[in-house]
Amino acid sequence: MTLAAPATVTLRVLLFARYAELLGHDTLAITLPAPATVGDVVRSVRSERGGDALPPRVLAAVNLVQASDATALADGDEVALLPPLAGG
Amino acid sequence: MRDRVRLVSRPIDTAALAAEVVAPGRGGVVTFLGLVRDHHAGRQVIRLEYSAYAPMAEGELARIVGETEARWPVAVAVEHRLGELAIGDAAVAVVAAAAHRGDAFEACRHVIEEIKRRVPIWKREYYADGTVGWVDPTAAPDQAAAPR
Repeated sequence: MTLAAPATVTLRVLLFARYAELLGHDTLAITLPAPATVGDVVRSVRSERGGDALPPRVLAAVNLVQASDATALADGDEVALLPPLAGG
Repeated sequence: MRDRVRLVSRPIDTAALAAEVVAPGRGGVVTFLGLVRDHHAGRQVIRLEYSAYAPMAEGELARIVGETEARWPVAVAVEHRLGELAIGDAAVAVVAAAAHRGDAFEACRHVIEEIKRRVPIWKREYYADGTVGWVDPTAAPDQAAAPR
């Protein structure tokens, strides 16, 4: 018997700083059809209330490491959307 | 190495931080301090607040220090403060200790530049006119602190 890949992935999406203010949340649970990428998550967040104010390019990290729009996601991944960094 | 990289919510003690990397064979010690400025893009800042994606920020700081210690013969310690800070408070301190000053200067400069480029930390400024803004170093200077 072969194990079928799950038909969807559920992701924990973290929003920080200005993005958390725009969306009114700092955490979202988003379920997407598999296979899903970081770009799919960003599109989904844009469709949320307040998400249309996100800039055209959004920096992201998956499981604590910087990722690109094409990064593939697995069920349970933590996807963080990072506003322009301002440390130091 | 990881224990010499910290996010803190108390004032930074630069002497204590330097003591972590000073050793008899290290004769050149460079400390960079980033202090809270009273102005940004022509506006008067009265205080600010740093926040972070803490687990990633700590991991990225540790990677930066690891890369730096692999590239130069130095020992590096870093603290970045989070939470509410006043004008003149130290927000970040980088100490690089090496046998000689050249490596210590280069390594210290490298660490602070990489922190600014890679570590997920954000800064919310409170202005004298009562407005508040998120600092965006990628924005044009006149938009970097747009009122909200």
